[in-house]
Amino acid sequence: MQIYLPIAEMPISILLIIGMSAAVGFISGMFGIGGGFLMTPLLIFLGVPPAVAVATVTAQVAASSMTGAVSNWQRRQLDVKLGLFLTAGGLVGTMLGVLAFNSIRRAGQLEVVIALSYLVLFMIIGSMMLFESLRALMRARTGKPGRLKRAGQHPAWLKLPLRVRFERSRLYASAIPILGFAAMVGFIGAVLGIGGGFIMVPALLYLFRVPTMMVVGTSLFQILITMTAATLFHAASNQSVDIVLAVLLIIGGVIGAQFGGRAGRHLRGESFRVLLAVLLLAVGFRIGSELIFRPEEPFSISIQGARG
Amino acid sequence: MRRAALALLWLLALPATARPEALIVSLSAHRVLIGSNYTGAQIAVFGSVERDGRSVARADPYDVVVTALGPRQHLLVREKDRFGPLWLNSEQRRFGEAPSFLATYTTRLFREMGSEEDARRLNLGLRNKLIPAGAGLSYDIGEARFADALIRIKGAGKLYQEVERGVTFLTPSMFQAPIILPPTAPTGNYDVTVEVYSGQVLLAKQQTSFEVVQIGFEQQVARLARSWSLAYGLATALMALGFGWLATVIFRRD
Repeated sequence: MQIYLPIAEMPISILLIIGMSAAVGFISGMFGIGGGFLMTPLLIFLGVPPAVAVATVTAQVAASSMTGAVSNWQRRQLDVKLGLFLTAGGLVGTMLGVLAFNSIRRAGQLEVVIALSYLVLFMIIGSMMLFESLRALMRARTGKPGRLKRAGQHPAWLKLPLRVRFERSRLYASAIPILGFAAMVGFIGAVLGIGGGFIMVPALLYLFRVPTMMVVGTSLFQILITMTAATLFHAASNQSVDIVLAVLLIIGGVIGAQFGGRAGRHLRGESFRVLLAVLLLAVGFRIGSELIFRPEEPFSISIQGARG
Repeated sequence: MRRAALALLWLLALPATARPEALIVSLSAHRVLIGSNYTGAQIAVFGSVERDGRSVARADPYDVVVTALGPRQHLLVREKDRFGPLWLNSEQRRFGEAPSFLATYTTRLFREMGSEEDARRLNLGLRNKLIPAGAGLSYDIGEARFADALIRIKGAGKLYQEVERGVTFLTPSMFQAPIILPPTAPTGNYDVTVEVYSGQVLLAKQQTSFEVVQIGFEQQVARLARSWSLAYGLATALMALGFGWLATVIFRRD
């Protein structure tokens, strides 16, 4: 069954889109990531113009993070205060990132910068997480006690001035690294056209030692605000949000996110991190392979200006 | 429909005395409407070559070339090349006035109609239409590979088509050709040119056009997105949040 998308100017199979967005929504709800880095390439692969794909996926990510954030909120697994700090830092980073995005695009190497950054980021974060979580799993199996987190025990960079207490996350840390880090994620997200959840989640886990159960909800809360703003921005500046495609993606996405969230709650902390690490490595490898192997079609076309 | 009828009248009223052959062309539709179930369209081009009774019969058969051109786009074709271990974009060519849709249909194979030089001179085939007219026969192979890539990639999506033997003669003077529009062909104005050759001599040429437009709900959405973009964005965002919240209500069991 096909439906015509008025902004993308092409017909698309309804069942295929709903199925695909449900699968991505599942992953999104499970790991507390937006899932944009999976959905956008899939849509482009189906022939949706890249500008429309990027802009419309922001609306879908807003919807699925809303579902996830509300469920986590009802479960008291969401640190609003920490989320607001992350959002504030993120907005500053996003603005700087948009400026950088435009200058890289003028240089004509946007596609390459995006692919390389994906490759490097995914490989580093993925392998670090995989290594750490496998070690934790081994430890659990052999029965040796791991290092337990004690109250008041924080790494040095969290002890800078301007300390803020985040009761929910059992965190008493300086606002400087939190805001700075959020700004960095916002910057990367704006350049790569993604929410940055896949950087935020591991960072909250490892750098800030936020409990696993709080990480997902807080990350989703921050993504929710950023992506709602991004939807407005894309609609106002590029007119490239396709509302018909958005509805299809949202229907699949929110249903998938609900089941994903449930599946995620039954996972143990270590297995959760192993799975997320494997996912990141797989996507990183997929994108990297395009840079490394001889392309089947060495030419590509991009539409530059409006039609005359 | 009235426009089509007027165009046909105008064609019929043309003085047929200037040339021994007069060409009459008509399209099966001048508007392609895009609704929610649109999956592409087909427009038939009908034509008739009227020969002046006094002139002598041609030794060579008529060769009809039908060309359809969609709205222009500013395209950039990039080529990937190897840099160390990586494949990166290296060279690029701009096609400032490339048609978004380009199709040519002919009665015979190009090689039956004449040599490659003839095809270049008569501007036959996709490649000759994309390569700038001033470039002449000495057009560099290195340059032509960008035009070839454009034809290959656009051709995969049926946006560029070259159908030799796509025009069929129904009677010795009447012919017909189907223009097949893929669903991804953009909205806008499409020009259709019909040329009749005999022994590589252009006997007659006619132009007509049709337009591809969105109607109903699709048209409203596209218009809102353009002229009320902020309100449209707000509506999309609110809908997204509403759906997201609704899902938590529907699925709240545990």
